[in-house]
Amino acid sequence: MSDTGTSAAATGAPRVTAAPARRRSAGAITLALVLVAACVLPFVTSNYRVFQFTLVLVYAIALLGLNILTGYNGQISLGHGAFYAIGAYTAAIMMDRYGLPYWLTVPAAALVCGVFGFLFGRPALRLEGLYLALATFALGVATPQLLKYKHLEGWTGGVQGIVIVKPDAPFGLPLNPDQWLYFFTLAVAVLMFVLGWNLLRGRVGRALMAIRDQPIAASAMGIDTALYKSLAFGVSAMTTGVAGALGAIAVQFVAPDTFSIFLSISFLVGMVIGGLASIPGAVFGALFIQFVPNVADQVSKAAPWAIYGVLLIVFMVLMPAGISGAIRIGWARIRLFVQANAQRDDG
Amino acid sequence: MDGLLHQVLAGLATGGIYASVALAMVMIYQATHLLNFAQGEMAMFSTYMAWAMINAGVPYWIAFLFTVTLSFALGVLIQRVVLRAVRGPTVLSLVVVFIGLLVIFNSLAGWIFTYTIKTFPSPFPPEPPFGQHYVSSHELGAIAVTLVVLGLLYSFFRFTSLGLAMRAAAQNPVSSRLVGIRVGWMLALGWGLAAAIGAVAGMMIAPTVYLDPNMMGGILLYAFAAALVGGIDSPGGAVLGGFLVGVLENLLGAYVIGNELKLSVALVLIIGVLIVKPSGLFGRVHVTRV
Repeated sequence: MSDTGTSAAATGAPRVTAAPARRRSAGAITLALVLVAACVLPFVTSNYRVFQFTLVLVYAIALLGLNILTGYNGQISLGHGAFYAIGAYTAAIMMDRYGLPYWLTVPAAALVCGVFGFLFGRPALRLEGLYLALATFALGVATPQLLKYKHLEGWTGGVQGIVIVKPDAPFGLPLNPDQWLYFFTLAVAVLMFVLGWNLLRGRVGRALMAIRDQPIAASAMGIDTALYKSLAFGVSAMTTGVAGALGAIAVQFVAPDTFSIFLSISFLVGMVIGGLASIPGAVFGALFIQFVPNVADQVSKAAPWAIYGVLLIVFMVLMPAGISGAIRIGWARIRLFVQANAQRDDG
Repeated sequence: MDGLLHQVLAGLATGGIYASVALAMVMIYQATHLLNFAQGEMAMFSTYMAWAMINAGVPYWIAFLFTVTLSFALGVLIQRVVLRAVRGPTVLSLVVVFIGLLVIFNSLAGWIFTYTIKTFPSPFPPEPPFGQHYVSSHELGAIAVTLVVLGLLYSFFRFTSLGLAMRAAAQNPVSSRLVGIRVGWMLALGWGLAAAIGAVAGMMIAPTVYLDPNMMGGILLYAFAAALVGGIDSPGGAVLGGFLVGVLENLLGAYVIGNELKLSVALVLIIGVLIVKPSGLFGRVHVTRV
């Protein structure tokens, strides 16, 4: 078994293989360590850092959503910011106009975005590759315009947007609002990742990947391609919509211009840099889009985006399969090296 | 009626802008089978180079020639240095590289030439030609230049062996290499050509929309749409698509929905066209062999 087989190299995605027990336990230990670190984090850093990490979690959920569609199902979306915006506005409108509690907005955003994504996915079935990229790009570009539209102003607040209140910790927990929101987001993120992992490693995930790699063979094997593709759109939009709702609560503000096409492009960049069709890749990508622009800003105040662009290209040159791909390849090399040494010692 | 005619002609004039950028996109697609998102920003950067030369006192047409040559070299350089470095490229990793190039050029232009809006000279006379008042000489001239470029490109790809080699390299790199075509250099040439066309387009657009680092934002999207509506593998389709999108945008903005939603509605219409004809109005339908 090789981790970097030819089919994986062709699609840039990991091949479906049964993980050996040792690797699985190594993965479980890493996961547990990351979760412990994530729980300790808000007690050892400033409130501003906690807020930034809340956004990392939000972006990670959004990237997971995009990955379901683009990474696993091969449908390129340049407009996921639109679903994020719909989730955010659903949360803001529910809290501001109807005074509903913040935790209720998350499932509501999931529902609204899921339905919207499924409906958008139906006509998008006819489009592939570049043409789908254009359609989703158009969606992303049109979103801020539609949010500013004067007949929707009663709901969306027009250009001014909506300001919402940051929730306090319930049950008298000894946490400040930033810390509470971080833990709330972390809990939702863990839930979404568990759901996503369950969805993608099983029958549905295999069907999605089969459609991505060999659409004709997939339909010949009895996979309802149209249904699965629009379902992928729905689930993907739903996940990103959840992220949007959480993001709106964390930032306490929604306005049309925060959901420009640049947001959608950031999502795409984060997904590819993190690693296509990789669940941990969503977290790496989220860290990238949250922190790398700041780093670029510190390197050069005059042309920060030039630095950002150079970093993007350097990442793609050094790690064409993204950060998680690089880790996978590196780990495989280490194992081969260790095995070779062990064999030499035996012989 | 006069108003309608005016709107249509103004639409054709902006359509000419979209058409020239769409043409550059189709060219690079024919030569590399990729859509370059950084196309618009590269054209913008070339236009700034021309501006710098003209400001330094170089006559317009000499600056024009220099800019086209320099842009060609820049395009070749980008392919040779940046794109060749990406191993085992997938569509999405290249898209990220293009986004990287886009922000680099945008940021560099802002840094070197500042973000203040500049005027750019037109090579055409200021008064409208043929005793009419609908279109300016510059708009007509820009359309003529677009058509000339289209003609030259068509002849190049259709009648020269280099053009044939470039098409072959894009369509079937492995077989092309076997018959002795240097595929890598053909791709670099394609990038160079596209950058040169982009430079021409940029210099034709700049007098109308003024020169600033973000001048290509909206244009790029419309050009992208024009290229896809016309059919991504058809240069003539791209030009027609450009005019179509320009007229559509203007008429919708003037008569149907007003300016604030015209972008959204134009895009919805484009998607409508694509759903009915998924490979564009003039694109070839690709049949997949199982």
